[in-house]
Amino acid sequence: MLIEARKLRKYFRLGKDKQVHAVDDVTLGIADNEVVGLVGESGSGKTTFGKTLIGLYDKTGGQVVFRDRELPQRYQAEDYKRQASEIQMIFQDPYSSLNPRMTIQEIIAEGLLIRDGGSLDSVRDKVVYWLERVGLHGDHLSRYPHEFSGGQRQRVGIARALIVEPKLLVCDEPISALDVSVQAQVVKLLAELKQSLGLAMLFIAHDLSMVRYVSDRMAVMYLGSLVEVGPAESVYFAPRHPYTKMLVSSNPEPDPQHERARKDVILSGEIPSPVNLQPGCRFAGRCPLAEPRCRQETPLLRTVAANHLAACHLL
Amino acid sequence: MSSEVVLAVDNLAVEFATWGGSVQAVRDVSFKLHKGTTLAIVGESGCGKSVTVQSLLGLIPMPPGRITAGSARLRGEELLGLGAKALNRYRGKRIGMIFQDAMSALNPTMTIGDQIAETLIVHTGMSAAAARQEVITLLGQVQIPEPERRMRQYPFEFSGGMLQRAMIALSIACQPEVLIADEPTTALDVTIQAQILQLLESLQKSHGLSIILITHDLGVVARMAQEVAVMYAGQIVEQGSVDDIFYRSAHPYTLGLKAAMPGKAAHKAQLQVIPGSPPDLFAPPAGCGFHARCPHVMQLCESNAPPLFGTTHQARCWLHHAAAPVHPLRQQLIASSGS
Repeated sequence: MLIEARKLRKYFRLGKDKQVHAVDDVTLGIADNEVVGLVGESGSGKTTFGKTLIGLYDKTGGQVVFRDRELPQRYQAEDYKRQASEIQMIFQDPYSSLNPRMTIQEIIAEGLLIRDGGSLDSVRDKVVYWLERVGLHGDHLSRYPHEFSGGQRQRVGIARALIVEPKLLVCDEPISALDVSVQAQVVKLLAELKQSLGLAMLFIAHDLSMVRYVSDRMAVMYLGSLVEVGPAESVYFAPRHPYTKMLVSSNPEPDPQHERARKDVILSGEIPSPVNLQPGCRFAGRCPLAEPRCRQETPLLRTVAANHLAACHLL
Repeated sequence: MSSEVVLAVDNLAVEFATWGGSVQAVRDVSFKLHKGTTLAIVGESGCGKSVTVQSLLGLIPMPPGRITAGSARLRGEELLGLGAKALNRYRGKRIGMIFQDAMSALNPTMTIGDQIAETLIVHTGMSAAAARQEVITLLGQVQIPEPERRMRQYPFEFSGGMLQRAMIALSIACQPEVLIADEPTTALDVTIQAQILQLLESLQKSHGLSIILITHDLGVVARMAQEVAVMYAGQIVEQGSVDDIFYRSAHPYTLGLKAAMPGKAAHKAQLQVIPGSPPDLFAPPAGCGFHARCPHVMQLCESNAPPLFGTTHQARCWLHHAAAPVHPLRQQLIASSGS
């Protein structure tokens, strides 16, 4: 494993006796050159997991092991500096994640200059190389972020992350804010970069349909814990957990005949608040199959098929 | 399908004056909305789909916006060119609208109940007490639990899905004939999206609503629409029934959009991508707006703008001209127009 979270936990205190269980004992590894898709509704804790994994949040419990070395519980300034060469992140909002007062050249070169020193001119060729690598033009160097569309900005974010040649890229919903046709462009670019650079990625998203094109494995998160992990194709085409089934089927297909024949299996209700969670299956309140024991015992991830785990009493 | 036309838009053109020149945001757009059906307007950001519907309701700022041509008639009554006062007889009353971002579309300083009651009082002259009762009924109709308690809450106390429900309640409060839904589910999770789409569909049946649904997601189109208009660079490039658009696509852009959608059937098949990005509407290309990205481009396309070919199923592409080389896309249009 390149990076592994072992029983990683992140709680936020909301005052006396109140805690948000944002990430609860999540164990998940990513191998070299592997893409793991992490999927779930808003509020499921997937972004918090990504940020805790790479030290942007302090850990409440558990460990993160990167190349057989345990990463600190709480990052100091030098830890970020050391890790940043190996782990990079791209963000959901391509508008707020680029400094509007910096040129594209300054944005992309910044990480490299902080690490290696030197001047903007000395890294110019490298910046141009990466701009072109992500499908932009070398003569965009002196432009500002506002001159680009959402999809182009996301490409700038990718170039900025990759210029330091990291081993792991954490992509936090990089396509959610984009048009469908532009999503396909960005997904295709990331898949191509994975192939050619041997990158490993944690790809966070809120629905499975686009993510499966880049993912080797997919993990489904609900209310702070993993409910299903397995090979991307089998999680998508043969989901085991009732929540995953609902998540896959609620996405409308671009096929009118299929949609007219749709039998509505709509997931009722909304994701509950993760404050002071009780024992039992977290999905029990919305699960159409829930039994009394689901409300008492917390189900653990068990093997249900080859390399395929799910946390449900009924499997 | 019912043939009763509720809303007819003809040759609509809208432009915006900017420092850089005028942007022709909508060019020669015509469509008809039939009673009790859903018309989906599909396209990428910036293709003019929102401007099209907003201009019908006088929601674009004028200036810099300007409607340069066209007409829009609700049951024969002209909407374009009306002043704010005259328009208020239509908007919110006979035409309801829901927006993508419910949080910014609702007033954060008023309770949900007061905002819906306000609409009822202004448009129907209902008394405050009667309006309050009606609000409870409406919130129940959009399946908000405990309407008596929820109506006294403010928007920040609602989740995204619940806010979208509240906005739907607001938009149908005065029993409109037409509901315009501008990307109503784009900001929502897929599970919540499914709930909202189901709600819209059931309200359409119970209220006889005619819906214009704006979206960039072909999955949502397939789920909801009977009629579809595909927009690109300010123009409708293809329109027809939902089956025409999905199974007999006649425009290269529609084909490209379809191929870029993740489908269920394709087993790890590569996603196809439309190369490039939409043209600059400051200076729309002389010819077809799509020619720079089109895999079937001909010399003619660069300098001559294609008209809409076809009758019930229309496509704005030179491949459908009788003199064009015989192309599979052309068969699509002939097949569906003949049927």
